[in-house]
Formats: sequence, C-alpha cells, structure tokens
Amino acid sequence: MIVVNDIHKSFGKVRALRGVSFDAPDGKITGLLGPNGAGKSTTLRILYTVLKPDRGAAAIDGIDVVSHGLQAREKIGALPHGAGLYPHLTARENIAYYATLCGIDKAKVEHRVDEIVDLLEISDFAERRTKGFSQGQRTKVALARALVHDPQNIILDEPSNGLDVMATRSLRRLILKLKDDGRCVLFSSHVMQEVAALCDDIVIIANGKVAIDDSADGIRNRTGCDDLEDAFVAAIEKVEPE
Amino acid sequence: MRIFLSVFAKELLDNFRDRRTLASALIMGPLFGPMLFAFVINLSIERSLSSADQTLDLPVIGQQYAPNLMRYLESSNIKVVDGPEDRDAAIAAVKAGRLDVVVLITERFGEQLRDGLPARIEVFADHANSQAERDARRARRALGGYSQELAAMRLVVRGVSPLVLRPINVDDVDVSTPSGRSAIVLGMMSYFFIFAMLMGGMYLAIDTTAGERERGSLEPLLALPVTRAQLMLGKIAATCVFMAVSLMLSLWSFFVALKFMPLQQLGMTPNFGPGVVIAAFFVLAPFVLLGASLMTLVASFTKSYKAAQTWLSVVLIAPTLPIMIVSILTLRPQIEFMFVPSLSQHLLLVDMIKNEPVNMLHVAISVTSTLAIGTIVTWICARLYRREGLLG
Repeated sequence: MIVVNDIHKSFGKVRALRGVSFDAPDGKITGLLGPNGAGKSTTLRILYTVLKPDRGAAAIDGIDVVSHGLQAREKIGALPHGAGLYPHLTARENIAYYATLCGIDKAKVEHRVDEIVDLLEISDFAERRTKGFSQGQRTKVALARALVHDPQNIILDEPSNGLDVMATRSLRRLILKLKDDGRCVLFSSHVMQEVAALCDDIVIIANGKVAIDDSADGIRNRTGCDDLEDAFVAAIEKVEPE
Repeated sequence: MRIFLSVFAKELLDNFRDRRTLASALIMGPLFGPMLFAFVINLSIERSLSSADQTLDLPVIGQQYAPNLMRYLESSNIKVVDGPEDRDAAIAAVKAGRLDVVVLITERFGEQLRDGLPARIEVFADHANSQAERDARRARRALGGYSQELAAMRLVVRGVSPLVLRPINVDDVDVSTPSGRSAIVLGMMSYFFIFAMLMGGMYLAIDTTAGERERGSLEPLLALPVTRAQLMLGKIAATCVFMAVSLMLSLWSFFVALKFMPLQQLGMTPNFGPGVVIAAFFVLAPFVLLGASLMTLVASFTKSYKAAQTWLSVVLIAPTLPIMIVSILTLRPQIEFMFVPSLSQHLLLVDMIKNEPVNMLHVAISVTSTLAIGTIVTWICARLYRREGLLG
C-alpha cells in the first residue's frame, strides 16, 4: 500500500512536482501515466527514497519514506528507468548480489535465486554474463533483482521501454501475477494502451500535478471521451502550466 | 557488517573479471614503472661510464698554430679533427647541434705564448645541452691541464719550484656510503610506488562511482534496504585491496629490476633487500586508504566515466608535488614533514634505501597522520554519498 500526500519537488528553478497525491492499494495495479517530463520518474524516485520531497509526505505500508527510508525500502522492490546490470557478473550473480544485500540468509540465497529465475523464466541465460544481453533480457534480470527480497510493494519506472511484443507480454503476465498475489504494483508509462490494458487505477499527471485519478471507465466518463487517448489528451490539457 | 562484506566481495569479483582494471592494477603500475625506471637508469649509466674512456673527437680550427698543444691533446685521449672553416661557421654548427664542441686557436697564439702573454683559445659549446656540455668540460679540462704544464715549465726554466703554484693541496674525502649515493638515483622511486598504488585502484574508484551511475546500476542499488555508508565503505575497501596488491607487486618488481641495474659500477649499493621491501610495504600501506578515498571522492563528483578519468589523472600527479619540492630544496627529514602524506612515505623510504637508522617516531607520525587524513576523507565520501546530486 502506497500513499502519496501532496508532494512537491523542485530542481533549481524547475518545479517538477507541484502537489501530487494518490493512493496505490494492495492487490491492485496502479498506473502512473503522463507525457514526457510530467514528473512520473520524480514521483517514483521519491517513493523509493533516492530523492527527498521538498514538501508533503509519502508512506509505504504506513512507513514514512523520508524519516524511515531504510525501513520503507525493505517493503519496496524498485525497477528504476534504464536500470543497469553488472556486465562482468552473470545474471544469477547479479540477482544473488541483491539477495545478500537485502539480508537474505547466505544458505537461502541460492534457493531464492532459483525461485525467482523460474518465476521470470530466465533460466536460459541465467548463467551467462550480462554483457551483451538484449534489452528484454536485461529488463527481466533487473526485475528479478528487484523482486528477490519478496517485497509487498513493487515500483516500476517505464518497465516496457524498448521491449518487443513477446517480452512485453511476459512482463504483463508477471505484473498480473504479482497483483493476484495481493501485492501493490505501481508502474509508470507514457503509453496509454498499455496502462489501459493492465491497470485498475490510472493516475494521470501533467506539469507536476495530478490531472485525474480514476479507473479507465471513470476517466472516459469524466472527460466525456470514448477513446482513452482522447481522454488522456483532454485530461492533461486541463492542467494549467506554470 | 554482512552487507559491507557482500559489497566488498562483489566489487572484488566484478573488477577481477574486468581486463582493463586488472591490466592497470597488476601490469601497468607495478611492471611498467620499474621497467621504465630500470631502462632509463641503465641507459644513463652506460652513457656516463662509456664517455669517460671513449676517445673524444674534438674539432679544432687553427691546428697549425699550436702543434705542441695538439700533441698534448692526443696524449690525453682526445683525437683532434678538422673543424669548420671559421669562427662564424663554428658558432653556427654548435648552435644547430651538428657539433657538440669546437675549439678555436687564433694565428696570434704562438706569438702570445712567446711574449709570455695569456694566449687566447676559444671553446664553443651549448651549455644547455648536457651531453655536449660533458664533452666541452673534457676539452676545457685538457686545455687547462696544458696551461698548467706550461706554467710549471716556465717556472722550472726560471729556477723556481712548480710547487709554489700549489700553496694548498685540497683533498676531498667522500664520506657517503654506497647506499647513500644510490638514494640520488633512487630518490624518485617512492613516487613510482605511490603511482602504481593509485593506478591499481583508479578504475575501481571510477567504476564504483561514475561507472555505476553511467551504467544505470547505481539507482537500483540505492533503492535497496541498505544504508549508503555501507555501500560506500564496501567499495572503498575493495579499492584498497586492489591498491595494496598493486603496491606489493610493484615493490617486488622493483626488487627484481634492481638486480638488472649496474648500480655497483657507479659505486652505489641500494639497501633494498627483502627485509626493506617488507618494511617499505608497511610504511607505504597507510597511503592506500587515503588514495582510495581521495579517488572515490573525486570520481563521485564527476558526471561520466571519461570525466572521472581526466580528474583522476590529476590525483595521480598530486602526490608528486611535496616530493618534488623537498627534492629540489634538498631538505632533510624533519618531524613536521612526517605529517604530510606521500612526503613522509618518500622520506622514510629514502632513509631505508640509504641504510640510515629510521626514526621510529617519524614512522609513527607518518602512519597515524596518513591514516587519520584517510579516515577523514572516507568520512567526507560517505557524507557526500548521501546527497541527492549523486545520481547526476
């Protein structure tokens, strides 16, 4: 369960977030949708605690991300945008490294890595060094790494970027599976169709503000557009720029 | 502690598999440096040894005016050859470096000698050219010898003992030891060790900061439930290990290289046996922490791998500064110097090579102050690792 309450963030003169609030409940997939530069990544970065908000608060399972960053991170599996692997380590070693850092017992690491390798269907290339992996392979390993400590909340920043159809499909299956396990999945995208196909709730942000926060049908009704893409455009146009 | 160890172990494994890191840590610094040093020293020793007993070809203009002088020169292992036509041609040839030294005897030479006036001889040489200067010095010494011989003969003719010209006999007694003399040549060696040490950790320092960021692996790492200080310290520790291995290898390779340097021929016997190698390691080792944290600090400020490389090459040069200043001013080890990292290591190492008793208080100050500064820089690193700008 992720709760975001009125967060603000500026980088110098650029006001990236101007009061963003939304909830991402357990057992549901929440999509963060918005044009490039809308503040999606900044919001997610604050949630996985690499950035601190200037104002406002956010909590993961009730733990404040600013005052208790370490404890909050224990509840999160994060896949940052363009996450990189260690090219000289094999996929399995990459995952095992994160497992040990997350405090999994040495004796149990191998077993846990086996489980996650099966879950993400990456056993074909798990023993290879990650140098020269395709984008799809890299994303899967990075995701496996993020899920290795079995987090309740999963934050994915544009996970489908650069993936082909097959890879996107298997990613979708995985996200749905995580939802069925009762986890809270929050992911960002700028692709309307993808969000519509997966998400229970859609949070559209533009210019650092929440334009609309509803289900796909709710957004259609409230904007009066049958086509989701038109609805998206209509919603972001309502947000006044700075 | 477990997290620190995991980071440490992973960085070792990761970088051990990276050929570039490995090459710079285990080959570039430790082997290249001493080999270059040995080569240069060998070359300069050979040159200085050979030129003393080699016949010097000396171009002389106006040989016909001083036949006796020519015979004298031949007897002191100098072969007189024909020089350029005139004074201007001689100056031009020396200036252009075609000739190292030219001697000019004027037609009035014989006349001046006969009249008992100081006879004039000109020696053209380029004082800025050290090789040419060596030849010129030999020519001048031979001419001076001839002058003294003539003076002695004139006195004898007048019935005076030539000894009146030598009221004082100066005897120069050299008290330096063969080990002490070797410090002249091997003084800069300490910098090679520090350089090799820094080279060993350089790519690690970049990889664990700017490299991680450029690869995009830093952000997911920071999103893990670990503190940044734990990550930072694990990385610095791994850098330290690579640097220490580099240092060990370069000391050992120097030990081997010295065996191939004919320093004994110059009357130098560096005190650099296995015992000194081990002692030198412990004297230099405290610099590892400082070097690792300093490089990590600098690399974490840079935006990219390339920029980090550029800035770190500045860090590679920085430790030479105090060594250079003290070498130029030829200052003796003092207690204040022991507080300065790199300088204190250099002075202690020179003392060891000279086979002079090493002041244990100096060692204690050097080790403590270098470790203390290293700890402070590490702490600053850990502080800065917490800032948001780290992600670039």
